[in-house]
Amino acid sequence: MLRFLVRRLIVALLVAATVVTLAFMLTRLSGDLAISIAGANATQQDVEQVRRAYGLDRPLVVQFFDWVGRAALGDFGQSYFFKQRVSELIAERMPVTVTLGLVGLAIALVVSLPLGIIAAVRENTAVDRLVQLVALIGQAMPSFWLGLILMVTLGLRLGWLPISGTGSWEHYVMPGIVLAFSAIPALTRLTRSGMIQALASDYIRTARAKGLSRASILLKHALRNAAIPVVAIAAVQLGFMLGGSIVIESVFALHGVGFLAWESIGKNDFPVVQAVVLVLAVIYIGLTMLADLMNAVLDPRLRSA
Amino acid sequence: MSAAGVGPAPRRGWRSAATWVGAAIVGAVLFCAVFAPLLVPHDPFAQDLNNRLATPFWMDEGHDPAHLLGTDGLGRDYLSRLIYGARISMMIGVLTVVTSGLIGITLGVLGGFAGGRVDDAVLFAITCRLSIPVVLVALAVVGLLGSSLILVVLTLGLLLWDRFAVVARSTTMQVRNLDFVAAAWCAGCSRFHILLREVLPNIASHLVVVATLEMALAILLEAALSFLGLGVPPPLPSWGLMIAEAKEYMFFSPWVIVIPGVALFVLVLGINLLGDGLRDLFGTETET
Amino acid sequence: MTALLEVEGLRVAFGGRIEAVRGASLAVARGQTHCLVGESGCGKSVSALAVMNLLARRGRRTADRLAFDGADLLGLSDTAMARLRGDRMAMIFQEPMTSLNPAYTVGSQMAEVLRRHRKVTRRAALDRAAELLGRVGITAPGMRLGQFPHQLSGGLRQRVMIAMALMCDPELLIADEPTTALDVTVQAQILRLLAGLQRDLGLAILLITHDLGVVARVAHHVSVMYAGEVVESAPTASLFANPRHPYTRGLLACVPVPGKVRRDQPLGSIPGVVPRVEPGFAGCAFRDRCAHADATCAAAIPRHAAGEGHDFLCRLPPDWVQAEAAP
Repeated sequence: MLRFLVRRLIVALLVAATVVTLAFMLTRLSGDLAISIAGANATQQDVEQVRRAYGLDRPLVVQFFDWVGRAALGDFGQSYFFKQRVSELIAERMPVTVTLGLVGLAIALVVSLPLGIIAAVRENTAVDRLVQLVALIGQAMPSFWLGLILMVTLGLRLGWLPISGTGSWEHYVMPGIVLAFSAIPALTRLTRSGMIQALASDYIRTARAKGLSRASILLKHALRNAAIPVVAIAAVQLGFMLGGSIVIESVFALHGVGFLAWESIGKNDFPVVQAVVLVLAVIYIGLTMLADLMNAVLDPRLRSA
Repeated sequence: MSAAGVGPAPRRGWRSAATWVGAAIVGAVLFCAVFAPLLVPHDPFAQDLNNRLATPFWMDEGHDPAHLLGTDGLGRDYLSRLIYGARISMMIGVLTVVTSGLIGITLGVLGGFAGGRVDDAVLFAITCRLSIPVVLVALAVVGLLGSSLILVVLTLGLLLWDRFAVVARSTTMQVRNLDFVAAAWCAGCSRFHILLREVLPNIASHLVVVATLEMALAILLEAALSFLGLGVPPPLPSWGLMIAEAKEYMFFSPWVIVIPGVALFVLVLGINLLGDGLRDLFGTETET
Repeated sequence: MTALLEVEGLRVAFGGRIEAVRGASLAVARGQTHCLVGESGCGKSVSALAVMNLLARRGRRTADRLAFDGADLLGLSDTAMARLRGDRMAMIFQEPMTSLNPAYTVGSQMAEVLRRHRKVTRRAALDRAAELLGRVGITAPGMRLGQFPHQLSGGLRQRVMIAMALMCDPELLIADEPTTALDVTVQAQILRLLAGLQRDLGLAILLITHDLGVVARVAHHVSVMYAGEVVESAPTASLFANPRHPYTRGLLACVPVPGKVRRDQPLGSIPGVVPRVEPGFAGCAFRDRCAHADATCAAAIPRHAAGEGHDFLCRLPPDWVQAEAAP
């Protein structure tokens, strides 16, 4: 177990290092950054000044290690546009994105688990097909479009929820629903197949032979085993959701890191962009490790292995 | 003497109907994409500022019989733009799948066939790829390099190869250990020959299923990028871009976002239905 | 006194196309071991599952009579039947490796049975579990309670299953090939354990097996099943001494008996396999494999009595064996 964790940690660090390099290279794609930053109307002199001010005149390797060294200490430099420390910007915006992600995941789980369980219990019936149809619809739904449709219906026509902004908990409901849609198909299918497998297993037959109640058989014996992969995938899905929140945050003008990144991309504010890419990647790596850990905690067979 | 495995699953009929629906949708959109210039009633780029936001046929008020699905905020015919939009979606879908398929299948087959260090490296590449936030990076690349159709294809192609690699890798591993591959080794066939003649044909069905999933994903992502203003450049009528342009009118004329949105949804649904059907047909259970 | 478990005319069909059990009848007497024997696929396990109402969802059971301790089981609701299962009638299975839930400890899975059927504290249920683990010959029961199934060997798991089945002091234990998946030495231990429990607790056991050696050692009464029917039923001694049904005779000929079978004499075997029988099938299902078959085997088959508690299902008369041996 410990050896497994150590090995896992080493791989995670290597992945992080690779992503750091990619994030750095990403922002150098456009060629001369100084020109982008200075703007289209800048004179040759302005560009030179920018180049020196941001240290862009140094060799690329020096720039890279300088950036990595600082990033490791949580210093992502200064935003060109916001004139603020990037780390502060991200710290300010992160709670919004994390809240959104957690709300989305919570909604997704609240919907997927019962749907998956019902579909498994009623396997091959109309109910099962309906659930699979819901999953298919969720999979085909363009999230930004769903967001707009909800804004028009729930927000404007029915007036139930605020259309955009970050003020209260109500602002998270619609984006949360939209974000949940992206995770519902995978989670529902996984719950369904896990439950079908569990319900067909010998230990469920034993539980029935013991005369246990239906609720206990389904929720205690079957779900406990079916939930192991679901919990792990839920953690990974949260990572995907945080990464994908950029679209939803811009639709709903929710001022999280995704929105920040979108604004920064439009303004060529590359320190912010590379920092957000890095932070989201590191969070994802952390979540996959968490998923492995939770697997080990939930599955007694892995725990002692 | 277990009771399982008696009789076929009773869902076949329903499943194959769904597959045909999917195939019909994809076929229809493909037809529109290929023959767009012959099908459109108007020039999709021609603006008519005197005839802006004409409503579609199901609305009585403000409908112009010349424009079946109405006109957009610049008076361009919505149906014509929708048909040309099918071109962009299909082009993005197909080209992205080709690019990402080439990368992913090469890596996956290599790792699955060679094993050992090579496989470790492939697995590592897959892990790295998965931890990169796709939408964000795609937006950043397009934002930094300027938007164009070919750039969107390349970016998505470079980002969406992970599932190809995962599936190609695991299926290659299975096939590698089968008897006929061993027989080919014994017959003195070259590595390359075995890969091309023995392994690839046997994992192809799995890869076709992945291709449908990836095509659907690529189409959705292109729409999202274009919606955010960093995908296909205007005035090209990408469905995502149409939704973005219609956004400012949506509170008064919701149909302007409904039409391209439904088109996008139906196409992606169709591709997914087709993929599910193929999966059943091939009897493959694709992971993830 | 009536039998503890009475089964008459039990039928089980799957999806209306395959009939796994076709009018099987048997009676398990109190405190006795009743063995149900036959080849794989002849409907033994399905019959047992049907009695317990544990069939898979597509399985449909009907019967002329199905009674436990004189009380009808057919009319019981699922809930009422669940109340009976694990309490007065318990069951153990062929696959000890997978029959325990991997996610819970042995103790919690055992305690759960008592807590479901009796009003007891968790503590008391665990004490009972520890006591029974000791009773089935598991050392250090206190430690085993806290272990997970994957930490136990197959033999230990089957002992746990047996102990778990005994939690509520059942009157009937159905054991579905409990030793098939185990090593030979462990098989003997488990059988000895079952026989001991049966003697000490006055338990009635319905033991499903295809091993006639097992039958000879533990059974009071034997029912031989073939293609969903009980083709011969007799007290153990009577069956081994005077087997009447050609299928029973075939089964017995397959077993080497030291001292009786000469080394160079080939062991008997029955040609063919158990057929799948579709609804509407008439006559004897064994006729395609039977050396004595003739045209009348396709008609309705009578059940002949061949002695005290001994009957068999065949067109041949009760004394056909003697008649054949005479000339």
